[in-house]
Amino acid sequence: MATHKISLTVNGVLEQAEVPSNMVLLTLLRERLGLTGAKNGCAAGECGACTVIMDGEPVNSCLVLAVEADGSEIVTVEGLSSESGLDPLQEAMIEVSGTQCGFCTPGVLISARAFLDRTPSPSEDEIKEALRGNLCRCTGYVRIVESVKIAAKGG
Amino acid sequence: MKSVRPGLPEFDYIRAETIEQVSELLKNGKPSRLLMGGTDVFVQMRDGAFSPAILVDVKHLPGMQSIQKTGNKGLRIGAAVDLNTLAGHPEVVKSFPLLAEAAQSVASYQLRSRATMGGNLCNASPAADTAPAALVLEAILVAQGSNGERRIPAHDFFTGPGQNALQDGEILTSIEIPPPPKGPVGRYLKLGRNAEGDLAIVGVAVLGYADKTSESGFRFRMALSSVAPTPIRVPTAEDILESRTIGDETISAAAQAARKTAKPIDDVRASAGYRSAMVEVHARRALHAVWTALGREA
Repeated sequence: MATHKISLTVNGVLEQAEVPSNMVLLTLLRERLGLTGAKNGCAAGECGACTVIMDGEPVNSCLVLAVEADGSEIVTVEGLSSESGLDPLQEAMIEVSGTQCGFCTPGVLISARAFLDRTPSPSEDEIKEALRGNLCRCTGYVRIVESVKIAAKGG
Repeated sequence: MKSVRPGLPEFDYIRAETIEQVSELLKNGKPSRLLMGGTDVFVQMRDGAFSPAILVDVKHLPGMQSIQKTGNKGLRIGAAVDLNTLAGHPEVVKSFPLLAEAAQSVASYQLRSRATMGGNLCNASPAADTAPAALVLEAILVAQGSNGERRIPAHDFFTGPGQNALQDGEILTSIEIPPPPKGPVGRYLKLGRNAEGDLAIVGVAVLGYADKTSESGFRFRMALSSVAPTPIRVPTAEDILESRTIGDETISAAAQAARKTAKPIDDVRASAGYRSAMVEVHARRALHAVWTALGREA
């Protein structure tokens, strides 16, 4: 099988890797770069647990080849916080207990961050529409939506 | 139900830069498959539907990701334009809101940022959400192969479940939407098992517009997804709406005609009987919605 030398920016850090054709971005992030925030849920683009931001847009990283991400800028949940603190979304999640088992949380945070970046003052319906690709098997949707509302208002 | 999907089988990924390169790769005899957004291809490969030796990424070919106006307010949509870009494009929203609505109805935002209209059509699922819109907008699917360009009307494109009219070595490069009729109103109504972007149990697209040359003073186009081996137009319903005075009775008759045209099957999402009943209900609702919007404007 062919391999490909790729370089991409992950959470602001330039990374280089040699990847086989059939490696997906999610595997590169988790198993090569040790970024285990994004989760492997359904491997079919339905659950959203693997969501990361690629060149400004959220994608299911289980459905993007690592080689397709060559040259791109990736943000994972590990890239949301900085030395100055957590993202307002993360603060809001803690405030209202928007996370239960936590498996869906990294994907939810990434989808919501990308959403708030393009829609700073959303309605509740817009929040639900934006998060419809992120399934929470604990069914904690009310508090997830609440977290996004709080973060949109500035925390 | 499978508990865990396996990883992808082995293949060689090749990013194509020219149509000629694609034609050469497709002719070399190795089992190959074209890749655009990957949102169907990778899922099917994980589920063991096929295992190509070569995966040819065609989304970076020239023009594949651009939307351009053609003469007379038509649009040329590159086959690899992603569905979020399509749904949010000012020209699509202005002139073909039905298409924006259909694109928006697919799955979730993060899936749509990879999924493409060309892929949705080529995959030729009976449930393809952009297909009924392509049918009622009478889109032309432009294919390129070693023999040059071929223009395929949308109604000739879908040949069976998962089957399309592309020949060996041909690839879909763009979708041309002809200029809309004057003052059109379009709706796409989709019934899924939930409101969360599920595949359609029934999808109904309706486009209506005033036309003094028809007996009713209006013309309608209707297409259905998920209720036949391919997405289909419903000429019997369209005829009823063009030949009779439009009101509740005519709309009900057209919705019944849609039900008679549908040939649904039982599957994991719904029974054939339920689908059949829902075709009529959603055809009626879509027609009422379009008719009301037309009436307000008349």
